[in-house]
Amino acid sequence: MDRIADFFRALNERTGINLPILYDPFDADRFFHGLLTTIELFLISAVVSIAIGLVGAGSLTLPYRVPKAITRCYVAFFRNTPPLIQMYFFFFAIGALTPVRKNDFGFPEPTIDNFQWALITLSLYAGAFNIEIFRSGVEAIHRSIVEAATALGYGKIACFLYVMLPLAWRISLPALCNNMIELLKTTTLAYAIGVPELLYVSNQIWSDNLNTFEMMNVLMVVYLLLVGIVALAMNRWEQALRLPGFGAAAR
Amino acid sequence: MSENHMKLGPQVGITLPEPKQRSGLAFSPELTSILLAILAVVGIVLILTLLSGADTGLLGELLKWTPFMAQGFALNVAISLFAIVFGTIGGVFLGMGQLAPRGWISAPSKILTQIFRNAPWLVLLFYCIFLIPFQVRIGGETYTISNWLRASIGFTIPIVANFSEIVRGALQSIPSGQWEAARSLGYTWRQTVLSVVLPQCIKRMLPPWMNLYAILLMATPLASIVGVEESMTNARTALQAEADGRLLLPLYAYLLSWFFIYCYPIARISKSLEDRFAVR
Repeated sequence: MDRIADFFRALNERTGINLPILYDPFDADRFFHGLLTTIELFLISAVVSIAIGLVGAGSLTLPYRVPKAITRCYVAFFRNTPPLIQMYFFFFAIGALTPVRKNDFGFPEPTIDNFQWALITLSLYAGAFNIEIFRSGVEAIHRSIVEAATALGYGKIACFLYVMLPLAWRISLPALCNNMIELLKTTTLAYAIGVPELLYVSNQIWSDNLNTFEMMNVLMVVYLLLVGIVALAMNRWEQALRLPGFGAAAR
Repeated sequence: MSENHMKLGPQVGITLPEPKQRSGLAFSPELTSILLAILAVVGIVLILTLLSGADTGLLGELLKWTPFMAQGFALNVAISLFAIVFGTIGGVFLGMGQLAPRGWISAPSKILTQIFRNAPWLVLLFYCIFLIPFQVRIGGETYTISNWLRASIGFTIPIVANFSEIVRGALQSIPSGQWEAARSLGYTWRQTVLSVVLPQCIKRMLPPWMNLYAILLMATPLASIVGVEESMTNARTALQAEADGRLLLPLYAYLLSWFFIYCYPIARISKSLEDRFAVR
């Protein structure tokens, strides 16, 4: 590790390419925590948004009118308004309405902090897209399969859960992969409400070290790597879940 | 009109569908649902305002700041138009480049597309704001590149990459028979793309292109983070000037409703176009 640090310190002295995240323990620590925060934001909101997507797609598929209308309104709102303003709306407008409690030191503290608001916004935003993705997956299932399930005595909900969902899930995976990449990119918006994620800490680092150009490039490479990892993982999953004779028919 | 069609049909020897009438009917339920959604949104904003204020005072404040915010929103639209125009032009070339027969064109096109498609918009925006010089000197004269122009360039880059993928997908969706037929007629690769394949692609590219534009417009408030005075910046200025906590909820809802009213019709029309093209 010391050798790496020495190399990048020497690189800075000789060429002026300043990468303190690789030799300064303080900046390295900041950057690492930013990376962790981004990953945490992404993973939690991915899981929640997928859950929202499944519930929403279920409500659109099942023949109950009220949940259907609610889901439609929710999807229309979150898909057609800017995610940044949604985040401000939740954090500043709705956040101002939530009760304030005292923390251990006696200072006032909001019940939901900025990290949690970022999670809520990202989950709801990505969830609205997931609903549409799963719904079109459900629609792609051939009617004969549903009829066969009905003939075997499945009820509406059981048919959705045990027959349609496993098939729709496989059809939806490529689109879901794209949306998860989109979600990973959208985590940068948490910067706007001061969540110390990757972009935020990078901004701090380049403000302290005046190495904007280097940090921007590092940031770009890190995000591309993260996107690559997500894409790879989703593709692996798609391969693993592939049913013989089914994938080709769905395409 | 339709009588003429009826008369002409048998004479020419082809049965004419009645495309005009059908398309008019296909759009009218769309239009009503769009209008209903807009009305509902306006109603929600009104109710939120009245609930927050307990009187009509807040409504007056909203109206007072409307021209100022509208000025900002006009900049949002201007940025989005700039980015979509140059992004589309760039995307057509980059998308064709991805399928070019020569490796030294296709490989860099693919790499550029993947890099700029997968980078977060906000990071690209920071890139352009920080790295495009504040002033440029061309032929002895100094030009200032304003913030909003640099932001527009920042939005153009991801649009180029995203549209490049749309173009590539559409070009590849054309059956290979078309390419072979054009080649056997002696068309060069460029002629095939420009005068045989691309015109057919436009129909397929239109819905995703409209979606891309809506996504772009919804991304333009990001420019407020880098100091462009668009609607989000102006809304926050208004909030600071009024210093009234009750205004927070209605004002943000009001601003959201503007974007919704602009983007929702685009989404609906693009969906109905997609459905209509999918049938054929």
